[in-house]
Amino acid sequence: MRGKPLATIISAGLSKFGRREGVYARELFAEAALSAFHRVEKLDPSKDIKAAFIGQMSEAYEHQAHTAPIAASWAGIFPAPAMRIENACASSGSALRCGIMAIMSGLYDIVLVGGVEKMTNQPTPEVTGILATASDYPFEQWNGMTFPGLFALMATVHMHEYGTTEEQMAAVAVKNHKNGALNPNAHMQKEVSMDEVLKSRLVSWPLKLYDCSLITDGASVVILTKPKLAKKLSDNYVHIIGTGQAQDTFCLHERESLTTVKAAKTAAQEAYKMADVRPKDINVAELHDCFTIAEIIGYEDLGFCRPGQGGKYVESGAPDLKGSMPVNTSGGLKSKGHPVGATGTAQIHELYLQLTDQADRRQVKDAKIGLAHNLGGSGATGVVHILKGS
Amino acid sequence: MVPPRAICSNCRHSRVEWVELSQKGKLVTYTIVHVSPPQFKHMTPYAVGIVEMPEGVKIPSIIRTSRPEDLKIGMQLEADFSPRPQEGGWPNWPRYFFKETG
Repeated sequence: MRGKPLATIISAGLSKFGRREGVYARELFAEAALSAFHRVEKLDPSKDIKAAFIGQMSEAYEHQAHTAPIAASWAGIFPAPAMRIENACASSGSALRCGIMAIMSGLYDIVLVGGVEKMTNQPTPEVTGILATASDYPFEQWNGMTFPGLFALMATVHMHEYGTTEEQMAAVAVKNHKNGALNPNAHMQKEVSMDEVLKSRLVSWPLKLYDCSLITDGASVVILTKPKLAKKLSDNYVHIIGTGQAQDTFCLHERESLTTVKAAKTAAQEAYKMADVRPKDINVAELHDCFTIAEIIGYEDLGFCRPGQGGKYVESGAPDLKGSMPVNTSGGLKSKGHPVGATGTAQIHELYLQLTDQADRRQVKDAKIGLAHNLGGSGATGVVHILKGS
Repeated sequence: MVPPRAICSNCRHSRVEWVELSQKGKLVTYTIVHVSPPQFKHMTPYAVGIVEMPEGVKIPSIIRTSRPEDLKIGMQLEADFSPRPQEGGWPNWPRYFFKETG
């Protein structure tokens, strides 16, 4: 199985990310699906797509559960079955794995995978509370630990053990906003300076407003098929050659180390082995920068640099758009936005564009192999996918 | 194991017993929360952290301190308990918290 295509992405689509007033999640999902359908004219979505796997985190935003059949049918996928996959911020990364398994099992020839979240109709304190439901109720939520709070607990240790600085974390924000300014789908298409990041108001010390990803409305979709059917359907396809997913303890306090996200590290090892590639073979990567510290820890967990060196790595310029390992060319969760359920497949959407040479002003030259790193909660779920251009 | 549970996640053994923990522990990490859910708004900003007990387990907790700027990794903290919470509402807490040793 090593290095062989597991399943093939024949198209990907994204809704505009941002504050999308007056639309429901289902409408955002249809928008993302339409943009994916437009890329594959040979596909008759209602007839050819046999199942849909849709990531969505919370029913609290729209007072709506059982959301997958709504989203799928609004996208014209009907009466094919639709399933919602919920793994917090790794919902659609996990949904992608389900889609891959569905294709590899032979049950379906073509499936749709995606994700959606409509978050901005609630005020920030409520959103903070809804997001916190993905942490432990009796031990974390009860103790007032928000998501910025949980990642701040990791940042404090990273600073203490490795000397990582607030400036190094800010450098992640500056880089990702620079990329996001080039992405017409991004929520905040605006560069920010190091000074603006450092002077932004505290959210959970040491994390400031600009260390945090955005509360965003958005949806993402990818269409998967069997590798041997791809050519018939599309000229622009990308193979998935590695998939990994792992768990860590749900609560932070149970972990041996707070400077690594073990679930992501384990998932990466699984995906690298399956894909038969090494970290240095990756040309472009989308990392789960829900908070700037998460991207720094991500570099280390994925083997882009040694443990503890993530802060220095971002300072070196390696993960810049023109660097040796461009990370978050889309702008990441930081600037493109983080509609939590949509994030996993939105990362795949960016890699699809990069590996089919359609990333426009963000295009990484000769990008052949891409990696997506998607975290759920404070890292109880880690999902890694490795993609290869055709 | 904190919280207590029926099966050990590491060895899957289910013959577990209750162990009383010390009152004092060491601060492993902390943060000061400035943006909180509505239920915690009245006490924002507040400090939360993880405390390691001499028995080896770690406990997440609110840290009651009048000087959050003095918190340091490795410092000693002491467990304390609030009276039993009133009925209803969330969060009806805390059952425990940590404070500076005095």
